[in-house]
Amino acid sequence: MTIDKKELLSTIKKITDKYKGIEGSLIHILQDIQTHYRYLPKDALIQVSGILHIPYSQIYAVATFYKMFSLKPKGKHLLRVCMGTACHVRGAPLLLDSLQRELKVKSGDTTEDGVFTLETVNCVGACSLAPIIRVDEDTHGRMKQARIPKVLKEYKK
Amino acid sequence: MIKSTKDLLKIKKKGLDNLYPDHPKIAVGMATCGLAAGARGVYDKLLQLAGKTKSKIEIGVTGCLGLCQAEPLVDVYIPQKGRVVYRSMTPKKAETLFKGVSKGEFPKGNALFYFTSDDFIQTGEKHKYPKKGIPTGIKSYEKYPFYSKQLKIALRNCGFIDPDSIEHYIARDGYFGIAKLLEEKRDPESIIEDVKKSGLRGRGGGGFPTGRKWASCRKAEGDHYIICNADEGDPGAYMDRSICEGDPHSIIEGMMIGAYAIGSKKGFIYVREEYPLAVKNLGIALEKAYKEGLLGKKIFGSDFEFDIQINRGAGAFVCGESTALMASLEGKIGEPRAKYIHTVEHGYKNQPSNLNNVETWNNVPTIMMRGADWFSSIGTPKSTGTKVFSLVGKVENSGLIEVPMGITLKEIVYDIGGGILSKKKFKSTQTGGPSGGCLPQDSLELSVDFDTLTKAGSMMGSGGLIVMDENTCMVDVARYFTNFLAEESCGRCIPCREGLFHMLNILNDICTGKGKMQHIDQLEELSKYIIDSSLCALGGSAPNPVASTLKYFRNEYIAHIKDKKCPGGVCKDLIEYSISDKCTGCTLCVKSCPVEGCITGVKDKLHSINKDICIKCGSCFEVCNFDAVVRK
Repeated sequence: MTIDKKELLSTIKKITDKYKGIEGSLIHILQDIQTHYRYLPKDALIQVSGILHIPYSQIYAVATFYKMFSLKPKGKHLLRVCMGTACHVRGAPLLLDSLQRELKVKSGDTTEDGVFTLETVNCVGACSLAPIIRVDEDTHGRMKQARIPKVLKEYKK
Repeated sequence: MIKSTKDLLKIKKKGLDNLYPDHPKIAVGMATCGLAAGARGVYDKLLQLAGKTKSKIEIGVTGCLGLCQAEPLVDVYIPQKGRVVYRSMTPKKAETLFKGVSKGEFPKGNALFYFTSDDFIQTGEKHKYPKKGIPTGIKSYEKYPFYSKQLKIALRNCGFIDPDSIEHYIARDGYFGIAKLLEEKRDPESIIEDVKKSGLRGRGGGGFPTGRKWASCRKAEGDHYIICNADEGDPGAYMDRSICEGDPHSIIEGMMIGAYAIGSKKGFIYVREEYPLAVKNLGIALEKAYKEGLLGKKIFGSDFEFDIQINRGAGAFVCGESTALMASLEGKIGEPRAKYIHTVEHGYKNQPSNLNNVETWNNVPTIMMRGADWFSSIGTPKSTGTKVFSLVGKVENSGLIEVPMGITLKEIVYDIGGGILSKKKFKSTQTGGPSGGCLPQDSLELSVDFDTLTKAGSMMGSGGLIVMDENTCMVDVARYFTNFLAEESCGRCIPCREGLFHMLNILNDICTGKGKMQHIDQLEELSKYIIDSSLCALGGSAPNPVASTLKYFRNEYIAHIKDKKCPGGVCKDLIEYSISDKCTGCTLCVKSCPVEGCITGVKDKLHSINKDICIKCGSCFEVCNFDAVVRK
């Protein structure tokens, strides 16, 4: 995926302007960039470094410390398997194995067609309906391996 | 704009009219658990039906009533008749329900329980329901086993109000607590004395006395900050999510009271990014509070001013630790620092900062309204009040419960939880998240309070209570938590970063049949070093899951190491799948098996699994309706 340089400059300016004068807004800014591009493009981080006068190394540290940020482009849909304790005891690891087989990717990677990025998440807090998978902001409870193809189909359209 | 108690009373009346309207009202539980079970489809269907009908039926939204197991829950109010809650709704069932309600009746199908009254815990008042035409055979809320031992203070409004409606919050006596303090010009120190007297202790896990924390923060010099920790990271715990989603104003009011008592003008709510609905509902609540003049300057006509800002977390468990959270608020990486410098003196931006978690803040308005003595009369002398738990795992009725401290684990698991799922055998309860421990059968008699659980080798923690049955492997559970913590360690202290990694390697070896007896000694030795030499509580308590499982379930470790067997039937390398003669030959397993030729047999005859090519995915075990697949 290539990003138009002009578009990038204006996007970063818009985002950084929104937090002008607010101290400690680096994480907010990175969150907005992540939402916009679904990852943190290197050029965007360089721009932010220049605008905020924060060394690039420090921005890189923040961008790699927090799990929500990604330096690699993500797929169209973010598919997260909940790995909370309740999900774990109700079979989440087998569910993850099954998704890895089905999508032919390892956790953390994006499918060849760019539709899904498969990840794990520590707990989405819907433990009574364990095991859970979340696609973007939709939470699917009481998941079973057998139900996986049906759920995936909803998002392949 | 709300400027006085008088204004609040006016809105309260409006809110009550809306809570108890003169037409039927159907409210759908739309918290994350409800949505995960399909509440959106039910809500849309009801809206569509209401749009078509001539009779006036209001469709509303509410938070989580706690019995998440039975979601989507739908709450039906019919004036002059009463209020009934329905379980496991689907769009189709909603149609039948709607048809009944439009005739002014409570249909029988899927009815779960009925309310005899609403408790307004802030004042102790009750709103009684008429109880006419209640479907036969259902119990009242008070007698329904899941609720009969509960007492809702923190969850007072969850599932009873529309979280986006400030009128509903005020109708149930919200914001009257802060209004009273400001109008009476109460001495801030006396408020702190009240909090001390109430015995309220931090609900986030540590159990530190809240009043003492406030007093130290007030005493410290500088710009004071108030922080609400809504970075509920413990896996298996979701009390705070439910409160943020279902009753966001209670957090705002609690923080306002804290800010007035401590002398702060600025507050932060640090909420997990993984809780999008909590972020949304908190945002709406803040916007409405500002619009009504409850935040900002000259609150209730006084000189008190207070602002609240929401910060979203970015997916780091360690940011639930107070010093790491404050670093994250400053836009830095969330590394904890040594705690001999207290955050109440030097916290956010090196200024005095008072951090409490969601449930702690949410308890404060009720303490102000009902008094410290009332609050301390609930629970045990050293652990006063109630605690919310997420009762989950292998338990029949799972959900969010709020119980007076001092209740036993047995009452929680068996009376409220209805015992173990599918009548399996109990093995353990896990409390305290990754910092807690696993307690065995004989600990079921223990009283649930801060000190008893810590003494037993676990901890209260933020309130996750995961029930485990005979099909859970305790070595695998220890490995699960160690893996979790090794991933979430910020990496600052080497013993935590490297030590946990080594413990994980050892546990992996044990779970894959490569364990040796000396591994147990090594785990114990590493635990000791990690506890002694980590800065923050993440490292300091990280070995607890291993220590507690070694203490109470040592025989399982030995079974893995010596017999190369996993008694729980979980560790893939140590188990095998086979099909017993219970098999009816329905071929469901053949269809679900991802390996071609692995399961073979003739239809309607006994099938068999080819162990040489079986990948142990467990899908046959999952789909079999006859318990014919054996995992050993």
